[in-house]
Amino acid sequence: MSTRAHDNPLGPRVVTWTLLVLGGVLLMLPFFILLSNSLKTDQEISDLSQWLPSAPQWQNYPAALDEMGFWPALSNTVVITVLCVVGQVVSSSLVGFGFARYRFRGRNTTFAVMLATMMLPAQVTMIPVFLIFRQLGWIDTFLPLIVPNLFGAPFFIFMFRQFFQQVPEELLEAARIDGAGALTIYWRLMLPLSTPVIAIVAIYTFMFTWNDFMAPLIYLNSPENRTLALALNSFNGQYGVQSRNLLMAASFVTMLPCILLFFAAQRFFIDTGASAGLKG
Amino acid sequence: MTRKTRRDTLTALLFISPWLVGLAAFTLYPLAASLYYSFTDFDVLSEPVWIGMGNYADMAGDAVFWKSLYNTLFYAAFAIPLGLVLSFLVAVLLNQTARGRSVFRTLFFLPSIVPLVAVAMIWMYVFNGGFGLLNHALGPVLIAVNAVLGTDLRPPNWMADPYLTKPTLILAGLWQIGGTVVIFLASLQDVPRSLYESAELDGAGPARRLWHITVPLVSPVIYFNLIIGIINALQFFVTPFILMPDGATDRSALMYTVYLYDNAFRYNQMGYASAMAWVMFLLIVVLTWLATKLSRRHIYYAGA
Repeated sequence: MSTRAHDNPLGPRVVTWTLLVLGGVLLMLPFFILLSNSLKTDQEISDLSQWLPSAPQWQNYPAALDEMGFWPALSNTVVITVLCVVGQVVSSSLVGFGFARYRFRGRNTTFAVMLATMMLPAQVTMIPVFLIFRQLGWIDTFLPLIVPNLFGAPFFIFMFRQFFQQVPEELLEAARIDGAGALTIYWRLMLPLSTPVIAIVAIYTFMFTWNDFMAPLIYLNSPENRTLALALNSFNGQYGVQSRNLLMAASFVTMLPCILLFFAAQRFFIDTGASAGLKG
Repeated sequence: MTRKTRRDTLTALLFISPWLVGLAAFTLYPLAASLYYSFTDFDVLSEPVWIGMGNYADMAGDAVFWKSLYNTLFYAAFAIPLGLVLSFLVAVLLNQTARGRSVFRTLFFLPSIVPLVAVAMIWMYVFNGGFGLLNHALGPVLIAVNAVLGTDLRPPNWMADPYLTKPTLILAGLWQIGGTVVIFLASLQDVPRSLYESAELDGAGPARRLWHITVPLVSPVIYFNLIIGIINALQFFVTPFILMPDGATDRSALMYTVYLYDNAFRYNQMGYASAMAWVMFLLIVVLTWLATKLSRRHIYYAGA
């Protein structure tokens, strides 16, 4: 792709590489600290000159998972995340399809309004939305975390629309001649075609929901309803000072699913980064 | 209206109806309601009581409000430019290398996808004043400096010293610039090589090529990242909330959104919190407008 690296004289190339390696090491250092400390005894953590555990304390992990209440928190997080991902993919693609393939008066204005709502900080709507869910008796349930994902999100709708607009009209026409209605076309033809967009929307919704802290903090009260982010936070409040090794182990397992997903789907992450940039 | 267009309109409305319902329930109604609440005294348990501009007047006299606003603007004033410059330079470096680019890109991106709560736990350990890793590394340096200059510098208390709490948050945030790096990198790859070649023939060195070719050509993306940076900085919440509960010493790191959260969900001052949210919204609008106005002359749009 780029031949420039080879045209460059050796000097600048060495500088570039040195800087990148240094930066990379610096960025990976926190991960290393986390992993290494999660396998130390608590005394070893206090001895800061010791980089690696003298003997890896694997039992830190089961102990941390147990004290943090990991398994219930994991199952809560998975339930919430899966429902959010499915809801977001279905709703955003439905709306994107509507915007992409049908003409109606005011379509462009409506679409512009939708994009404009992206600028709205969540804090402005947060309190009335909280009061609505409170009125419905949904506090301390998963519903306030899931339901807002059933109505599409502007950026995802935008991506689906862009994709659906590129599908050739002849394909839809052929399906119509075969007697397919709008819903059939959406479900049997458009949705299967759009797997790359589905993947991006799913991954980003997953990341956002999995990592979200503020909404669970506002809506979930009882310990048995905690998500991983909340469980980790209260674990820190209770044991953070006396068992830092367990805290590090708990932090690592909370991160792990994101890291695994990132490596499994790296292509999509980078592609979305690119398309977000093109928008600007 | 022909029958077909009427049917098309109806079908379209059905498809976009989820978003329309969401717009009404989660955007338009809450916008109106929160504007109304901002003019009321509202503790959730009893009905809101209209107090006119009361909350806004209270805000003007609330020293904590001003402190949180100052802290947030201070954070934004340093975190945004530092983040932009650093991520731009990293992207330029990445763009220089063909070999190993994807590995480095992965390394730089990885920190920005992990949960902030878990990241905060690492920072607690790194920045701790008593037994933190950073101070441990600084220790020998300070001893050497003290020996040479005869000073008495001590390892700083990063998370408690009122002068250092905000810089600590800024520093910690720089770890997660990966998303911005990837956006910059994508745009750098679109800069035509021929431009660099002709500039090189004209005798322009690397620094001048960077400043006169690269920067203008990716300026729309710089602008995009700047706006995103403003919005994110003003909503900065999780890291200060966990690392510096109640804003650390003298509330030196109390961020706007954290204070807003406290008012709404700890003190049940929904009216006051709503007023704060509107002030924040206006602030975002003004800053975005300002950024747009100031940068418009400098943004280069190809083909526009």
